Amino acid sequence: MSISRRKFLGWLGAAGLSTTLSKAASAATTKHFTGYPDSVGVLFDNTRCIGCRKCEAGCNKVNELPAPDQSFDDLTVLAQQRRTTARAYTVVNRYDKVNHPKGPLYGKIQCNHCLEPACASACFVRAFDKTKIGAVTYDETVCVGCRYCMIACPFEIPTYEYYKALTPRVMKCTLCYPRISKGLLPGCVESCPTESLTYGKRRDLLRIARERIHRFPERYVDHIYGEHEMGGTSWLYLSAVPFREVGMREDLGVTPAPELTAGALSGVPIVVGMWPVLLTGIYAISKRKEKIASAEKEQAVTTAVEQAKAEAEAQLAEALAKAEEEKKKAIESEGQKALKEGDKPQAEEADKTETEEDS
Amino acid sequence: MSEDTATIGKSYFTPFNIIAGLIVIMGLVLTVIRFTGGLAATTNLSDYNPWGLWIGFDLLVGVALAAGGYVTSAAVYLFGMKKYHSAVRPAILTAFLGYALVVLALHYDVGRPWRLPYPFIVQQGTTSLLFEVGACVALYLMVLFIEFTPVPLEWLGFKHARNLVVKLTLLLTVFGVVLSTLHQSSLGALFLIAPSKLHPLWYSPYLPVYFFVSSIIAGLSMVIFESTLSFRFFKHKMDESHSAEKDTIALGFGKAASFVLAGYFIIKVIGISAGNQWHFLTTNYGLWYLVELLGFVALPCFFYAVGVRDKNVTLIKWTAFWTVIGVVINRFNVSMIAFNWHLPSSERYFPHWMEIGISVFIVTVGLIAFKFIVTRMPILYEHPEYKDAH
Amino acid sequence: MESAIHTLHEFMFRTETITYLIIVAALFAITGFWLFLTGRDEE
Repeated sequence: MSISRRKFLGWLGAAGLSTTLSKAASAATTKHFTGYPDSVGVLFDNTRCIGCRKCEAGCNKVNELPAPDQSFDDLTVLAQQRRTTARAYTVVNRYDKVNHPKGPLYGKIQCNHCLEPACASACFVRAFDKTKIGAVTYDETVCVGCRYCMIACPFEIPTYEYYKALTPRVMKCTLCYPRISKGLLPGCVESCPTESLTYGKRRDLLRIARERIHRFPERYVDHIYGEHEMGGTSWLYLSAVPFREVGMREDLGVTPAPELTAGALSGVPIVVGMWPVLLTGIYAISKRKEKIASAEKEQAVTTAVEQAKAEAEAQLAEALAKAEEEKKKAIESEGQKALKEGDKPQAEEADKTETEEDS
Repeated sequence: MSEDTATIGKSYFTPFNIIAGLIVIMGLVLTVIRFTGGLAATTNLSDYNPWGLWIGFDLLVGVALAAGGYVTSAAVYLFGMKKYHSAVRPAILTAFLGYALVVLALHYDVGRPWRLPYPFIVQQGTTSLLFEVGACVALYLMVLFIEFTPVPLEWLGFKHARNLVVKLTLLLTVFGVVLSTLHQSSLGALFLIAPSKLHPLWYSPYLPVYFFVSSIIAGLSMVIFESTLSFRFFKHKMDESHSAEKDTIALGFGKAASFVLAGYFIIKVIGISAGNQWHFLTTNYGLWYLVELLGFVALPCFFYAVGVRDKNVTLIKWTAFWTVIGVVINRFNVSMIAFNWHLPSSERYFPHWMEIGISVFIVTVGLIAFKFIVTRMPILYEHPEYKDAH
Repeated sequence: MESAIHTLHEFMFRTETITYLIIVAALFAITGFWLFLTGRDEE
């Protein structure tokens, strides 16, 4: 009784398994993926940012990065455009030339934590992982250091420790994965004094962003950067001016990175499957041609030889018969003397034809 | 040049040996600097420009120019063009050395070279085209090694083993062509993931096809180019059939290269049309693109054709050299010149002299190995015991 | 059984891994099959 009951439960389990399987399969066939449902992100609103660099300091502190060349309180660095480096996961830039009534605007650069990360797609050791929570993490213990991730990233975020001889790492923002996993805020968000940075579920952030645009249409351009760029990013941006004016590329498109390589990858198995067939086919054709050619040549030679032989024999016989006939004729018409003289050239002629046929 | 005649009883200080020796010493010094000071000490690579000369030249150009191996062995063993048989061994040798040096060069470029097997033994990043390239290059290097082994085996007199390997010729050739098709094209496909960084004239969904087709062109031209050089420097090592077939090979491969170049030209134009990139042709990059397309695709295509029609082997040889330069330019364009075109000139890459030094060092190592093998083993002549054994 | 796939990257990783395994098997299989196919060829 108990055995059959256990069996029954097993069947149930199997049934459940098959349901999950078919679910996964159906998810695969539709081929539209919307990312991990409850993943988090950060919304950056440049109308609130004052360029204080507190986020840079917070990031440096929680990630235990080396001290900067110039103190985080020193705002003169903003005179130059900067990018992420192996010592700074995030940087703030000032944009003076923007058409904005309240003066310059600021931009914050860090890993955008793509929903479909180009770095992860490009990495041949899977050192990058798009985690369920939303952070794109990096595993230095497997990294070979090929730097293809840096080629692939459309936002030019990953950096490299070129100065290290034997243990260089790719360095980039992790969305403070260790902290957010524990329920803490990312370093930069926590240290922002103006609430330019909002941390939360990406779904909610999108709603908040839309709400702000809706309520203050004169304050924002009607676009949430990161909603669709490169297939969507976990970081989202609101701006008072067109995004290209604050150093963000508007020409990246909405195609997720893995899709860019999907075509080339799908060609691989086709080549492996069909090339051997095609090449062996060509080989067989060339081999067969060769065989036919050699067989034809052989046959041509034998027939030619036989033909030549037969023709020569026939001609010889003909010539002999002719000679015989003429001999008779000569005997009949001429005397013994004349016969002797006429025989010579005829015999010569017969010889000639024979050698010609043979050659 | 007399440095390659037997050195017994002669001074080792020939011009070739002195120059090669100096380059090797320089290379060894640079190697020490590279592995003690890191990439920063030897290269101009940056966070914007993670790939430089060691990828653009050593990997992309190296692999393209080593294509003669699969092109020649396919022509002779699969397509039945036996009259080119004497081109197979030099081509296989060049390909083998080429790939071996590519792998050597990668040890300088990647951050932690001892982890190069990691993609295969630790964690497989199967979504990456670099994974595909790595797997194919590793496998193809092995295939080339096996294809090459009859040479040292004949040299050493291991008849049995040699005949065993020769029996595998068809299998190895098919396998070699499959692997070459895959990784030659995938080297181009590496850049598919970066449409926002590569100039639209060079970025195309057809990139893998372009790289594959141009590798055939590179392979054919390299065989002609190399046989010219071999004839010049190792003439005394060539047997009669190799000397005699030299011009046949130039004419046949020149004809093939001309026609493949014609096809390549067509698909390049179609690429521009398919992406509607015509308007870029009037820019500076467009001008440079036209130099590549007209000067290094259309022009050699035409010169090859004239050379073949007039049976002008000299013209074919010079065209082969020109075409090889063209392939180098194409790989440089895709990986360096047209890559990161959107960046201000202050952020653009130009190789450090030490990067060039390492590349020269690696090419020199290849030349030394080639010379060593050609002067000793049956490459440019048939071993008397194995005549007509194929 | 793991949960459903949420990203294209994850989907491609799984399918590509399987594809590569099939490719390797296919290369061996087609070589063997060719030998079987031509096993009784004359000469």
